Amino acid sequence: MSLSETPSLAACPACVAAPAAGALAENAIPKDVHITLSLPAIHCSACIAGVERALMADPEVVAARVNLTLKRAQIEAAPGVEASDMIDLLTRSGFEAHEMDAGALSATQADRAGRDLLMRMAVAGFAMMNVMLLSVAVWSGAEGATRDMFHWISAAIALPAVAFSAQPFFLHAWTALRVGRLNMDVPISLAIALALVTSLWETSLSGEHAYFDAAITLTFFLLAGRYLDHRTRAVARSAAQVLSALEVPRAWRVVDGQEARVAVAVLRVGDLIRVRPGGRMPVDGEIYEGTSELDRSLLTGETLPVFAEPGLAVSAGEVNLTGPLLVRATAVGRDTSLHRMADLVAIAESGRSRYTSLADRAAKLYAPGVHILSVLAFLGWLAWSGDLRVALNIAAAVLIITCPCALGLAVPAVTTAASGRLFRRGLLIKEATALERLAEVDMVVFDKTGTLTAGMPLPVNLEAFTAGELSIALALAQESSHPLSMAIAQAARAADVVPAEVTQITEAPGYGTEGRWQDQVVRLGRAGWAGSGESAQTAAWLLIGATPARAFAFDETLRPGAAQAVAALQARGLRVALLSGDGAGAVSAIAARLGIDDWQAAALPQDKSDRIAALRDAGHKVLMVGDGLNDTAALAAAHVSISPASALDAARVASDIVLLGHDLEPLAEAVGTAQLATKRIRQNFGIATWYNVIAVPLAVAGFATPLIAALAMSISSITVSLNALRVRVR
Amino acid sequence: MNVLAYLIPISLILGGLGLVGFLFTLRTRQYDDPEGDAQRILSDEWDDHPKP
Repeated sequence: MSLSETPSLAACPACVAAPAAGALAENAIPKDVHITLSLPAIHCSACIAGVERALMADPEVVAARVNLTLKRAQIEAAPGVEASDMIDLLTRSGFEAHEMDAGALSATQADRAGRDLLMRMAVAGFAMMNVMLLSVAVWSGAEGATRDMFHWISAAIALPAVAFSAQPFFLHAWTALRVGRLNMDVPISLAIALALVTSLWETSLSGEHAYFDAAITLTFFLLAGRYLDHRTRAVARSAAQVLSALEVPRAWRVVDGQEARVAVAVLRVGDLIRVRPGGRMPVDGEIYEGTSELDRSLLTGETLPVFAEPGLAVSAGEVNLTGPLLVRATAVGRDTSLHRMADLVAIAESGRSRYTSLADRAAKLYAPGVHILSVLAFLGWLAWSGDLRVALNIAAAVLIITCPCALGLAVPAVTTAASGRLFRRGLLIKEATALERLAEVDMVVFDKTGTLTAGMPLPVNLEAFTAGELSIALALAQESSHPLSMAIAQAARAADVVPAEVTQITEAPGYGTEGRWQDQVVRLGRAGWAGSGESAQTAAWLLIGATPARAFAFDETLRPGAAQAVAALQARGLRVALLSGDGAGAVSAIAARLGIDDWQAAALPQDKSDRIAALRDAGHKVLMVGDGLNDTAALAAAHVSISPASALDAARVASDIVLLGHDLEPLAEAVGTAQLATKRIRQNFGIATWYNVIAVPLAVAGFATPLIAALAMSISSITVSLNALRVRVR
Repeated sequence: MNVLAYLIPISLILGGLGLVGFLFTLRTRQYDDPEGDAQRILSDEWDDHPKP
């Protein structure tokens, strides 16, 4: 690298050190690069062929493969190829493409767990079918040596199959028992093991009843439940990963006046970083050069832009609005304020009441009950008949009949159906118990900036200006890309205003735009610069010559569906509150527009999570909806939390549910679906209980045969699954 | 009933073949892109000779 040899004119020692780091990296052996692109628009075989042909036509590309299910392309290319080159290549061929951060897509582990479950299910399914066929012969009256032979063959198939397939249950049961707890897997493991042992014993004595078929069927059905559960969570997890992976962190590092695009991960303290208008601060730092305005709404909830000049401290996540800035990094990576917020989240999470899922609560009632019943049946029969073999057989029959086959399916089948339905409405369920918690909610707390409001601010007092003034404002505003200027320009054009003849227009970054109109100086920008006092509301000031400056006042636009969502939630009888870091004026205006009586302004992150904690202690189950860094702790403290996809990564990680679309309207329906799903789960528990109430007396009385056990198990599992599917339809 | 001595091993071996086949598809990651594979079969790109 020639840069490191040229004498450095930079004033800082770190600027000299930076090229050395670059030279180090250059010494590494060049490797093929792997690039992952997201292709949201592909849908057909022609698209697959087109993308692959376009990519392979580039001599630098070694291999390219499109995955239509995930709508992604995996590219292996020669060293030095950038993802942006590939995106350009595809855009020229007419395919929309976005870069994805391969590091954030760590789906391989979840993949492996899923394939492992599927393999165990396949083995259990194979064994089940064979053993069932042999059992049919026994049920239809095979006797003597034939029956014994069938039992032995069944044993030879079932024993290794169960030993392999049921391992997840044995492991879970063992980990629970070791710490002295009971979970659903304990009765499952006990039933399977006891069934196999008594059946082996019976078979060796050429007895009549063997439960090999029941043991392996049980394993198969329960594995099916586990697999459903795993898939639901894997789908949600990979979709959440895609959201993070689409934000590839890149920054422009300035070394000796040369700009280079680098990954944020390689930035060091002391590096100079160029942040363009519209860009987000990649690190914490101090402004070194340039003036501009900063939008801190994602961090603090304030909508009023902050004036930025050299010396001002900036935090990662703030958005630069007008002028290019040169920032010297003071903290990078994990030390940035963005990451320090994680401590607050950890504290808030430790305060979250530990929620026990419905399945765990059912297991807590169920597991001891089943064991006591089985032991009582064993002791009763032992006392009455004095025959250990009969007593053990009855005990095994009781355990198998009561085994939570339907219970194991009851929850995953419903959550799979409900998550699928909500996913189609644009809601991503990240946590397993989020649906159950959402169903219990009795109060909803919204954040304002970025959650209820979004997009462009709206000028509200255009009619206070004359047509002449508006035409000057439009002429100045259309030269700037500042959000307020763009809003004025759009509103003025909509009112059929024609721009005035303003000459020598220049933009003063951080202040506003200036020009000359009929030999007078005209300015549109910040209050102090346009010659006026500060205002509490978001405003842009228009100065024409010597007349006093006047302000365009702005109101925020509501996110689509916000009003409907709030109204629908209130109609469901939920209390709605607004908690914002913004000033009182802006918050009360939005609260009044949405019909929210309970609002609090200027709330710091700590205030927000304290308020949530206070509500929780008062017995409320709070749903928190927020997007900013200042909401993260509150999101983690709430009973259940939702964040929009536009939220910062940290906020999305802290929340249980992510809203994928821009519209807030599905929120109310999500609460309804969650309540419906919980109702179905309870119904399923009810169905499973009724089967037990009917079948257990039979088993205790000694009338249960392997045939009855197989029938009860299959019928209850099928009813429970069908009941769960009703969530999907309605 | 002597026929059972042949039929049972045969049925087990046939079933086992199916199981081995399924495990093979699972190990060679044939379920990663079901939609893409369904569409690729319709493409006539490699009809004349296999993909190199």
